[in-house]
Amino acid sequence: MSNVTLDIKAEQAKAQAEIKKQGLRVLVCAGTGCVANGALDVIAKFEELGVNVGKLTQEDKLTIIPTGCHGFCEQGVLVCIPQLHTTYVKVKADDVDEIVHKHLEGGEVVERLLYVDPQTKQHVQSDEDINFYKKQTRTALANCGNIDAESLDESINVQGYEALHKVLTENNPDAVIQEVIDSGLRGRGGAGFSTGLKWKFTAANKGGKSYVVCNGDEGDPGAFMDRSVMEGDPHKLLEGMAIAAFAIGADEGYIYVRAEYPLAITRLRKAIAEAEERHYLGKNIMGTDFSFVLHIKEGAGAFVCGEESALLASIEGERGMPRPKPPFPANKGLFGRPTLINNVETLANIPAIILKGANWFASMGTGTSKGTKTFALTGEVNNTGLIEVPMGTTLREIVFDIGGGIRNGKKFKAVQIGGPSGGCLTEEHLDLPMDYESLTKAGAMVGSGGLVVMNEDTCIVEVARFFMNFTQNESCGKCVPCREGTKNMLKILQKIVAGEGEMEDLDLLEELANSVRDGSLCGLGKTAPNPVLSTLKYFRDEYIAHIKEKRCPAGVCSAMKKITIDEELCKGCTKCARTCPVGAIEGTVKNPHKIDQSKCIKCGACLDACPFKAIKKN
Amino acid sequence: MNGTQGTFDKSKVDEIIKNCGAKKSNLIAILQKVQEVYRYLPEEAMTYIGTKVEGVSPATVFGVATFYAQFSLEPKGKYEIKLCDGTACHVRGSMPVYESIIQRFKLTDGKYTTEDGLFSVETVSCLGACGLAPVVVVNGKVYPQMTTDAMKVIIDTILEREKGG
Repeated sequence: MSNVTLDIKAEQAKAQAEIKKQGLRVLVCAGTGCVANGALDVIAKFEELGVNVGKLTQEDKLTIIPTGCHGFCEQGVLVCIPQLHTTYVKVKADDVDEIVHKHLEGGEVVERLLYVDPQTKQHVQSDEDINFYKKQTRTALANCGNIDAESLDESINVQGYEALHKVLTENNPDAVIQEVIDSGLRGRGGAGFSTGLKWKFTAANKGGKSYVVCNGDEGDPGAFMDRSVMEGDPHKLLEGMAIAAFAIGADEGYIYVRAEYPLAITRLRKAIAEAEERHYLGKNIMGTDFSFVLHIKEGAGAFVCGEESALLASIEGERGMPRPKPPFPANKGLFGRPTLINNVETLANIPAIILKGANWFASMGTGTSKGTKTFALTGEVNNTGLIEVPMGTTLREIVFDIGGGIRNGKKFKAVQIGGPSGGCLTEEHLDLPMDYESLTKAGAMVGSGGLVVMNEDTCIVEVARFFMNFTQNESCGKCVPCREGTKNMLKILQKIVAGEGEMEDLDLLEELANSVRDGSLCGLGKTAPNPVLSTLKYFRDEYIAHIKEKRCPAGVCSAMKKITIDEELCKGCTKCARTCPVGAIEGTVKNPHKIDQSKCIKCGACLDACPFKAIKKN
Repeated sequence: MNGTQGTFDKSKVDEIIKNCGAKKSNLIAILQKVQEVYRYLPEEAMTYIGTKVEGVSPATVFGVATFYAQFSLEPKGKYEIKLCDGTACHVRGSMPVYESIIQRFKLTDGKYTTEDGLFSVETVSCLGACGLAPVVVVNGKVYPQMTTDAMKVIIDTILEREKGG
């Protein structure tokens, strides 16, 4: 191969000089979450003021930088000013004036916009001191929220493409594969297969045309780490793919992204165009004869396309149905050619492994689960957001230290991990190390890393029904046990939450679960029964309460719920009637009101609205 | 019916096929672009694509269109309300919000577009904005931390605007 002509050190110096010119950098999170909370208005306001800003105390110039997801979605819009060691939370457009004039010009911190630690009630100025960030170790997410995701220079300034430069200079594909094997990195998309071995198997078919495909079809409800990487640090993903392509001898690649992620698609397209223009991708990368051309494929909404063979079918323009394996994609994949498929997060770990070495990566984590893992922490927890921790971190550290405990002082009940393929973990698992083996042993799985926290008000049977409804909808219909089995399992669960279940149903559920698992071709069917089996194992008493006592212990299942108004306590203020979204409450001013049970949808809005606590739920 | 809905214009579809490339692997992209124009996939358009794209029959086009959740064979409303029912949104109460919309528009099973063609309502699985659960998206705009009350306000505002304009 011809020599690398690009001088990465010089490029880095150039990028750094460009960034220095920006003066004071104000990073505004513009991930999907913060945009929904008004980040674009905040940015517009900053830009409007920035032009007319007076003398700044620190620098002579101000630059507003929209970044990708900073992770702490609960507190959005986040505004970080790293040079002043300050992070402002819940910023609205109206607050910008104060930040600019009081802090940037006057040098005085705007205390009311700082994060307040829920335990100590103290204001925290720097994100490095916020518990949510303090306990994290970020590899894949290292730059997310800290750089302008739409600028190649920003990426280069934080060592972007340095790893690719290194592997091209050393020109030893086998050594790259060995490094990845030694790092112990395993697929972050769910199955947890050794990434290095996958590369090795694909590289064994070197010679003709082969492909690198990135699986960005993040379909697990409750997981958004891949979205954040694609939106927040797209160049890291592109670099990881280029390194993979070099290692296995591919010259073309696809990124398959869900259509539900429009921002990710825009940013990736932009990143690819800029990288190609400057020869970090495309033809003759960095002056060598190594070429790697990348395409984006938009998904069209099918969960099963997260399964690798279904994903390939979808890229080829077909119904996204899984194909039997073998042949494995490593031998016969996209358009019948050898294909390497890796998940977004997996690929985002590659540059750091190449730069810092396999030993560094393997020094984090547990025996067979190395490195760091991202988790999307959501549900009834105080600090929802995206986190990254070393493998083996306990559930307690995640939920209580980083997550800040359960919202509104409620009691922890369980977490659901791994989405519709996973299971739940209960109080007894709080000290379980989060790694591939421990979780599988507990009847759950790491999966993609969606972690939904549930409190005492969450009905576990209803959650099982929810997941079964999801998998039944998403079953592609190819394998009869999956297609029909999930349907019948759902029917039984619906019966139970409607208060019409019988004890024999539980045995039937378990029997069906086994048939679905054993008789399905792909991961969707094989794991679809997991949420039911795991809840039956840990919360059987709740199922029994629904069946025998016709009672929902969490008070969720509407068939067993009735909302009534206590005539003694009702003052006739009409507040509930005005709040009711379906007009089910009748009554006149100063007279007790009544709920029409046939119209009531049991949403509970009236419960919160009543100032006299006259409305009761049983 | 208003706008481009219901009328099938061959030249428009021809242009889309030309821009995407008349290859089977571009079929999904072609259908996405066609749906952008019509807000659904008219049957004539699907049949037509089946005759124009290499290696594809009208039956294949129909098969692909019915497989993916994104494609709709019925016209969608002017305002597309997508309610996220991912796990995080579900746990934080997306269903009561959904029920309130369905009840208000009197949409019964299997129907998701209002009689006047103004609104269509559907649940979608995870939009990846779980930190803001429950989330509702109306024509691409994301509304965080929804309640039945807030949903009522959003719909009222749209109705007001429609009446005014």
